[in-house]
Amino acid sequence: MTNLVPGKDKKHFRFPFHIRFEPRLGELKWWQSLLITLAALVVSLLVGALLLSLVGGNPWKAYSHIAKASFGDIGVFSDTMVKAIPLILIGLACSVAFRMKLWNIGAEGQFFLGAFGASIVVLIPIVPDGSPAWVYISVMALFAMIFGALWGFLPGYLKARFNVNEVISTLMMNYIAVAWNNFFIYAVWSEGGFQMSKMFPKAAWLPRLTDFSKQIPEFRGLTTHVGLIFALVMVVVVWFLLYRSRWGYEIRLIGDNPKAANYAGIQIKKNVILVMMLSGGLAGLAGMSEISGVVHRLQGAISPGYGFTGIIVAWLAKLNPYLVVIVSILFGGLILAGREIQPSGIPKLIQGIILVCLIASDYLVRNRIRFIRRMED
Amino acid sequence: MVKKSDQPSETQAETVVSMQGIVKQFPGVLANDRVSFTLKRGEIHALLGENGAGKSTLMNILTGLYKPDNGTISVQGKQVVFSSPNQAIAHGIGMVHQHFMLVPTQTVTENILLGLNEPRFRLNLKKYDAIVKELGEKMGLPIDPTAHIWQLSVGEQQRVELLKILYRGAEVLILDEPTAVLAPQEIEAFFITLRKMTQQGKSIIFISHKLNEVLQIADRVTVMRRGRVTAEGVNPAGLSIRDLAKLMVGREITFDVTKAEVTPGDVVLSIEDLACENDKGLPALKGVNLHIHHGEIVGLAGVAGNGQRELAEVITGLRKSTRGKITLHDNDVTHTDPRNHIRHGISHIPEDRHHTGTAPNLSLTDNVIMKSYTHAPISKGWTINQVAADRYATDLRSAYNILSPTIKTPVRLLSGGNLQRVILAREISTQPALMVAMQPTRGLDVGAIEGVQKLLLLQREAGAGILLVSEELDELLALSDRIYVIFEGRIVGEVLDKDIDRIGFLMCGTTPDKNEAKGE
Amino acid sequence: MDPIIILQAGVATGTVLLFATLGGIFSERAGVMQLGIEGMMLLGAMAAYSVTVTTGNPWLGLLVAMLAAGLISQIHAFITITLGADQVVSGLSLTFVGTGIALVFGEHLSKAGVISLIPKYTVPFISQIPILGKIFFTDHSVLVYLGYLIVPLASYFIYHTRPGMHLRAVGEQPSAADSLGINVYRTRYIYVFVCGLFSGLAGGTISLAISPGWFSELTTSGQGWIAVGLIIFSQWDPTRALVGAYAFGALRRLVLDIQGPTILLGMRNPFYYNPYWGFFLMMLPYAFTIIVLVIGSYSAMRKRLGAPAALGIPYIRGERGV
Repeated sequence: MTNLVPGKDKKHFRFPFHIRFEPRLGELKWWQSLLITLAALVVSLLVGALLLSLVGGNPWKAYSHIAKASFGDIGVFSDTMVKAIPLILIGLACSVAFRMKLWNIGAEGQFFLGAFGASIVVLIPIVPDGSPAWVYISVMALFAMIFGALWGFLPGYLKARFNVNEVISTLMMNYIAVAWNNFFIYAVWSEGGFQMSKMFPKAAWLPRLTDFSKQIPEFRGLTTHVGLIFALVMVVVVWFLLYRSRWGYEIRLIGDNPKAANYAGIQIKKNVILVMMLSGGLAGLAGMSEISGVVHRLQGAISPGYGFTGIIVAWLAKLNPYLVVIVSILFGGLILAGREIQPSGIPKLIQGIILVCLIASDYLVRNRIRFIRRMED
Repeated sequence: MVKKSDQPSETQAETVVSMQGIVKQFPGVLANDRVSFTLKRGEIHALLGENGAGKSTLMNILTGLYKPDNGTISVQGKQVVFSSPNQAIAHGIGMVHQHFMLVPTQTVTENILLGLNEPRFRLNLKKYDAIVKELGEKMGLPIDPTAHIWQLSVGEQQRVELLKILYRGAEVLILDEPTAVLAPQEIEAFFITLRKMTQQGKSIIFISHKLNEVLQIADRVTVMRRGRVTAEGVNPAGLSIRDLAKLMVGREITFDVTKAEVTPGDVVLSIEDLACENDKGLPALKGVNLHIHHGEIVGLAGVAGNGQRELAEVITGLRKSTRGKITLHDNDVTHTDPRNHIRHGISHIPEDRHHTGTAPNLSLTDNVIMKSYTHAPISKGWTINQVAADRYATDLRSAYNILSPTIKTPVRLLSGGNLQRVILAREISTQPALMVAMQPTRGLDVGAIEGVQKLLLLQREAGAGILLVSEELDELLALSDRIYVIFEGRIVGEVLDKDIDRIGFLMCGTTPDKNEAKGE
Repeated sequence: MDPIIILQAGVATGTVLLFATLGGIFSERAGVMQLGIEGMMLLGAMAAYSVTVTTGNPWLGLLVAMLAAGLISQIHAFITITLGADQVVSGLSLTFVGTGIALVFGEHLSKAGVISLIPKYTVPFISQIPILGKIFFTDHSVLVYLGYLIVPLASYFIYHTRPGMHLRAVGEQPSAADSLGINVYRTRYIYVFVCGLFSGLAGGTISLAISPGWFSELTTSGQGWIAVGLIIFSQWDPTRALVGAYAFGALRRLVLDIQGPTILLGMRNPFYYNPYWGFFLMMLPYAFTIIVLVIGSYSAMRKRLGAPAALGIPYIRGERGV
C-alpha cells in the first residue's frame, strides 16, 4: 500500500515494484514451456550435485561418469537402450492412466506379473516344446499382457465400485506381486536350489542385435533386443489411441473434467477399469520383454525400480507418447550408470529431485511473474 | 411496503466509512477505476451494478480480503489500511457473502466462534451455545445453536452468517445479494429485520442488481458500471427503475423481449410422479408431475434448493429416480443413462458452466464435439475424423460469435460469456427436441444475457420444448409461456397469467387461498 | 504361538503405524494429502539410527529424526500449498526424495550395531493384571506408552479445542476459515510439519526400538503406505487409528509366528513344513490394507461423510498483494 499519511517522511527505500504471480491469460508457445522444463532439469541436477558433495562425493565426476558410461560409445548406448525399453512401455502405461487422473503406482507389480505370465508359457509349458520362435514370442507377449491387465483390473475395479484410492491399492499390489513371483521362483521353478528358474529355450529369447553379427559385423556385442520394436509400436498405438480414437477422446475428457464427461454420457466407471487394464497390460509387456530379452529366465531381481522411474518418465514427458521415448533413453542411461555410483541411493534421489523440480516448474507454466509499478499519490 | 427511516439530513448524519480513489487491477481487467464511496451511520446504502461492475471487488477491499493498488479508506474518520480480514473485522466491518462461508459439518456455534481468540483453548460449547441463542433472539434472528449447518435451510444459514458478524461487533454490515436465496414474502420480513438493525445504530451496505428492491429499501444508492461510479450516494426517492437501469448499463435496456406467437405442438416431455434423492440421501423430489410441449418455454420458479437441480439431473439422466416415469416422445426413458437421453434429443445447459459444462484444458474443438462425437461425420468407426471435427468447430465459432484465438485454445482461457456461447453452440446445434436450461444467464453481462435469451426464443420458434430454470423472476416472466412453481420437491402450482404474487406465495409453500394447488 | 505374546508384540509394532497414521491424520484434516509418509519414515529411521550411533544418545537421535522429516515435509508443503500443485504427485516425489536421502546418507551405516536403544519399561502393579497387563504394560519401549498417551491427547485436541476446530475448518471449508481471518496457508504448513514430525518419530521408533538397525529400504518395507491406508480406514479419527494400527501390528507378528511350531490347531502346521508358503503370508499385511481400504471407502460412501471436504484441493484465493 502506498497511501502516505500526509506530513510523514518516507524513511526507507521501497522497492519500486510489487512482485506478483498471476495466472497466465494465454498459452505458452511450445518452446517456452520446453525451456522451463529444461531449466527445471538443470536445477535438479545442481541440487543433486550439492547433495552429492555433502556426502563427500564428487558430483562432476559422477555426472561425467554417467554421461560416458551410458552414452560414451555405441556399446554402452546399446545397453542404455536395453534399459530404456521397459521404461518406454511403463512410461506409456503411466501416461495413459495419468491422462485419466488414475494414479497407477502399480506398474512395478504389473511388470512382475507380466514376467510371470510370460514365464508360465515356457515353464508349464503352455506352448509345446520345440515350437518356433514366433509362436513362443507371441504367446508370451499375449500372456504377459493378460496377466499385467489382470493386475491392473483389481485396483481399477475397486476404484470404480468402492472409490478405493488407487495409489495405495496399486502400491499394495506391488508388494503382493513380488511375493507371488518369489513363491514360484523359490518353490516351484527353482533351478538347482538357486533363486531363479531354468533358462528359457532359445526360441523363447527375444533376438538381439548381436545375434545378427554374422550378417552385420557392426552389430557384434550390441545387446539391444526386439523388445524395442514392441515398445516403439506401442508408442504409435498409444498416440493413435489417445489423439485419434473415440476412446482416447473419452479418456482425455474424463481426465480433464469427469463431471463434463458424465454429462456427455460417458461411462466413467467402465473406463476406469478398462484404462487400468490397458495400463497394466503395457507394463506387463515390459516385464515379458525384460525377461525374454535380457535374462532369459524368471528370477527375483528383474527390475531396478522401472515401475517407479516410469512414473517420472511419464511426468517429464508431459504424458506425450513420443516424448516418452526420449525421456526413457535419458533415464535408461541414469539407471545403467547409476549402478556403479557410490552411494547407491543417488539415482533414486536424483529422480526424486527431478520430479520435485518438474512439479514446481509447472507453476511457472501456469503463472507468470509481473512487476507492477507502485503508484504514488 | 417498508417505510424508509426518518433520517436526519445528509450533512448531519455522521460518516462511518469513506473510500476515496480506489483502484484495483486484475489480470486483464480494471475492476475498480478510482472509485469513491461513503456510508453514513444508520442508513441502508445500496451498491448497484450488474455482474462484473466491480461492486464485489470494492467490498472485498473494504473487508480486507483484497488490497487496493491505490486509494484510501477511512473508518470513523480515521484512515486505515487493512492487510487482512481480521483488521477489517476489528474495525467493525463485516460482510455476508452471496455464497455463504460456513463449514457444513460444524455447528452454528462453532461457525460463529471460528477464527476468534475466545475461547482460548478449551472449547466450552455449552456456554457459547447459550450466548449465541441469546444474541439471536435479541437481533430478531432466532436460531438453534447446536444444529449442524448442513441441517439448516438456506434462510437459516443466512441468519447464521449475520449472527457471525454481529457477534464480532460489526457496526457496518455488508450484504452481498442477500435476497437471492429468499422468496418474495421472506424478503419483506428480511427488510424489516434490516430496519431494526439500523435503529440499533448499525449501518448497512446492500449490494444488489435488483432494481425494484433497491428502490424499496435503500436510503441512498451508489451505482457502478465497468469499474467506475456512475452515481454516488444519490437519494433514490425521485428515481424510477428506468433511471437506475440507465445508470447501471449506460443505455436504455429493454425489459420486454419480443416473443413471437407460437402454437405449442405435441407433448415432448411428460413426467409422472417423479421422486429421487439428493446427494445426502434425503428425498429431493417427492412426486413431480409436469409436461412440456414442442414450441414452448416452460419456466420453473422456486427458491434455490427446492429440487430444481435434481429435477434437471433426472431429466437429463445424470441422476437415478426412485419412483415415477419420464417419457420423451412416447419413449420411456426413466431408467436409462445420459447417452440414451442425448440420443432422444435432450440437451442440457448446466448451472455451473465451469465445473460441469466444459473441460477446461481441452480445446474449443474438443468441447463442442462432446455431444456429436459418437456419430458421423465426426465419428469414423473407432476413430475421430479430426478434419470434420475442426470444420464443425470453425462453423460453430463463427455462427455463435465465440471469441477465442483459435479452435485449439483451451476453453479455460475464455470469458464467462464466451464459455456460455460454447455450451449453447454445442447444445443447440444438435437440434434438440427438449432443452433443459439451468440459470443460463447467471453471471453474464447484459449484452450476453440478451444474446442467450434470443437464442432460447429462436429455439422455441424452431419447435423445441424448453424447461427454463432461473432465479431471475423477471427473466422467467419475460420468456416463459407457462410457469411451474416448485417447492420442497413438488410442483405446487402452474401459473399461466404471470401473477407474480401467486408465484411468490407458491414459492414459499403457501397459497393465497386455502386449497392446496397440486400440479396436474 | 501364544496369542498374548502376539498381541503384545502387535502393540509394539503397531505403535510405528500409529505414529505415522496420526501424523497423516493431522495433515489430511487440514486438507493436505500425505503420500510421502514412507519416505519421511525411512529418513527418520536412518537419521535416528545414525545420530544414535554417533552420539550414543537415542533421545537425541529421535529428536533429529523428527526434525529431519519435518524439514523435508516442507518441500511437499511449499509445492502443494504455495504453488498449488497436485498433491498426489507431490507426495510421491516426497517419498522418492526422502527415500533417496535416506539411502544416500545411510550408505555407510553398519547394518545392525549394538547401540543404545530407547529404554523399555514395565509398569508396576498394572502389569500384573491378567492378560491386559501383559499385553499393554509389560516390557514395552517407552515409545509404546507414548503412543497410549498421544491418542487421547490428539483426539481431545482435534475435537474439543479451539485450534482443533480451526484445523477442521481449514480442511472442510478453507474459504470460510480464510474469510474469518484464519491463515489457511500457515495452518496447512504447520500441520504438514506436524505430519513430518510424527513420521520421523515413527521411523525412529523402528530403528531405535522395535526392529533396531538399519536395513535400507527394508527398514520400513512399506509401512508408510499401510499407514496411508489406515488413515482412510480410521476415517481421520485418532481412536480408530489406534485400533487399526494395533490390529495390523498383531497381524505382522502373527505372520512371523505362524511359521514356527510344528503343530497348529491340532494339525501339522503347513507353514512350518512348507516354508515357501511364507511368501503368501508376507502378502497378508498388504492384502489386508486393501481390504481395510475397501471397508473405509465403502463406509464413507454410505455415510456420505468421510474425508475432509477440501482434502487434496489446493486453496487459492484472490491475492493479497505483497
